Amino acid sequence: MFRNKSGEFSWVDFTIDVLRVLIVLAVVVGAWNTLSSGRISLAQWVNLFAAGLSQGSIYALIALGYTLVYGILLMINFAHGEVFMAGAFSAFFLAEALNQTGFLNAQPILAILLLFMFAGLVSMTVAVLVERFAYRPLRGSPRLVPLITAIGASFFLQYTFRGLYGSHFKAYPQVQLLQGTLQLGDISIPVTQIFVFSSALVLMFGLHWLVERTRIGKAMRAVSENKEVARLMGIDIDWVILFTFGVGGFLAGSAGVINGLFRPQGVNFYMGFIPGIKAFTAAVLGGIGNIPGAMLGGLFLGVIEAIGPNLVLAGLGIPGANQLKDVIAFTMLVLVLIFRPQGILGERLSETKA
Amino acid sequence: MALLEVKDIHTYYGNIHALKGISFEVDSGEIIALIGSNGAGKTTTLRTISGLMAPREGSIIYGGREISAMRADLLVLRGISMVPEGRGVFAKLTVEENLDMGAYIRSDGRVAEDLNSGYAMFPRLKERRKQFAGTLSGGEQQMLAIARALMSKPRLLLLDEPSMGLAPVLVDVVFEAIQRIASEGVTILLVEQNAHMALQIADRGYVLQSGEVAFSDTAASLQRNEIVQKTYLGID
Ligand SMILES: Nc1ncnc2c1ncn2[C@@H]1O[C@H](COP(=O)(O)OP(=O)(O)O)[C@@H](O)[C@H]1O
Ligand SMILES: [Mg+2]
Repeated sequence: MFRNKSGEFSWVDFTIDVLRVLIVLAVVVGAWNTLSSGRISLAQWVNLFAAGLSQGSIYALIALGYTLVYGILLMINFAHGEVFMAGAFSAFFLAEALNQTGFLNAQPILAILLLFMFAGLVSMTVAVLVERFAYRPLRGSPRLVPLITAIGASFFLQYTFRGLYGSHFKAYPQVQLLQGTLQLGDISIPVTQIFVFSSALVLMFGLHWLVERTRIGKAMRAVSENKEVARLMGIDIDWVILFTFGVGGFLAGSAGVINGLFRPQGVNFYMGFIPGIKAFTAAVLGGIGNIPGAMLGGLFLGVIEAIGPNLVLAGLGIPGANQLKDVIAFTMLVLVLIFRPQGILGERLSETKA
Repeated sequence: MALLEVKDIHTYYGNIHALKGISFEVDSGEIIALIGSNGAGKTTTLRTISGLMAPREGSIIYGGREISAMRADLLVLRGISMVPEGRGVFAKLTVEENLDMGAYIRSDGRVAEDLNSGYAMFPRLKERRKQFAGTLSGGEQQMLAIARALMSKPRLLLLDEPSMGLAPVLVDVVFEAIQRIASEGVTILLVEQNAHMALQIADRGYVLQSGEVAFSDTAASLQRNEIVQKTYLGID
């Protein structure tokens, strides 16, 4: 302790170790206070956990887009939050239309599938266009450059939607099938949450199958490992990169529909920003570039966000703990960057890729 | 007619003039050796032919067509396959997935058959087919790289130092495989620092020196050539 690798005393290591102890103390004390006060019942904890898993599923689906692109280009696509927004926003209009004709509640499963396809395709298109026009011409330039175009692309997308549809929130129509709760003893879980979690699981399994089993999935892994050798296999690198953006876009669009059906406040042009950063946090948490890492990171962040404020912050006597979800998320990001920059499942970036 | 004609190519890395007008020919069915010491331009020559780099001047005619401006992935479709220097196996893909990637361009139904002939050539790969390629020994990785390059059914196979870093026993295994591949009708352009082994299996050879062809001859004559003996075969 308090010593760097060569065994000398180092203030940086000292500070980090002190920080580590303080954090562990805060978590333990906060959790102890909360649990011993019995303010929150077991059923309530289960509810918080389930809600966290649902929110986490959305983070996970978005996080996969960051991680897929990073895996292949070592680049953070900071316009990905807007890719998510574009799908969620566009599908709102389809949902409205389907609701007006009565189809949404007459054939809810079919209607939801339609929404997924539509949002997925819109986000896929947006992601592919962003790659084609904002990133590809700059491939091979210094890393800061695509970062700047990413911010440009984000603003472009945000203000396009704002210009077209205004800045009001628009709530998705309700789907009757997803209302109500499922009662398990004294625990009741909203049907929406079950829907959110299970559809996210289906999408994640789909992605896993694509990446592990199909030819294009193997090509994605090959390109991410060695572009030059991949070309020697006859793989068209540009196509694989475009495809990767497309897959990430599809997942983000699907997350958009899930989000729209799960969160009552609805969609607006700015809705991609916070989930985008959270999902990025989740991807870093899991180890950026690592697919299972993004899934776990997303779920983990969702759960921590739901449970952390009630368990730790409330226990420390911090008022309005539930308003501090975002603080928890970004504290996690900072902590991971300090203590385990390679993420939970990630390899060390500095040596292998960066 | 020559399958491959390289005519006076000049290739650069930025300002570094790596190939200074290289010309040679490879006939269908031949094994041609390119030998030369470290830095002579052997790898650059193969990278230029395979389309990973474009020559700034000169032309490359393959099967009667100019290909010097063509991308590597399109040249694979035309039958050029390369085993890169250092093997270039995909470490995080399994042995079998690496071979699948070799067959990436194919849509005929005979890939499984060719997978089996790859395994027949190198039985060790079959034992390790579910293993990540990164866990293989150097020799096994070289076998994998060769088997993978064959999965695209090439007409012309470019090999960059397949004996590099291998124990003598494995060098023999690899060179026997190369001869077998040639006997099945694949034309071979073999780059080697191990001039001794290369000239034993080659029909003809070219000696590269600082980005130029210093001289060329049949492999048998090169083996008797005094300069070659001194410089590349270590015979005084
Ligand atoms: N990536 C590179 N950047 C700059 N110069 C290079 C690079 N690769 C090779 N060279 C130069 O090009 C020349 C030929 O190299 P190379 O083709 O690798 O030789 P060989 O394969 O015969 O050892 C050498 O002078 C080498 O220094
Ligand atoms: Mg070389």
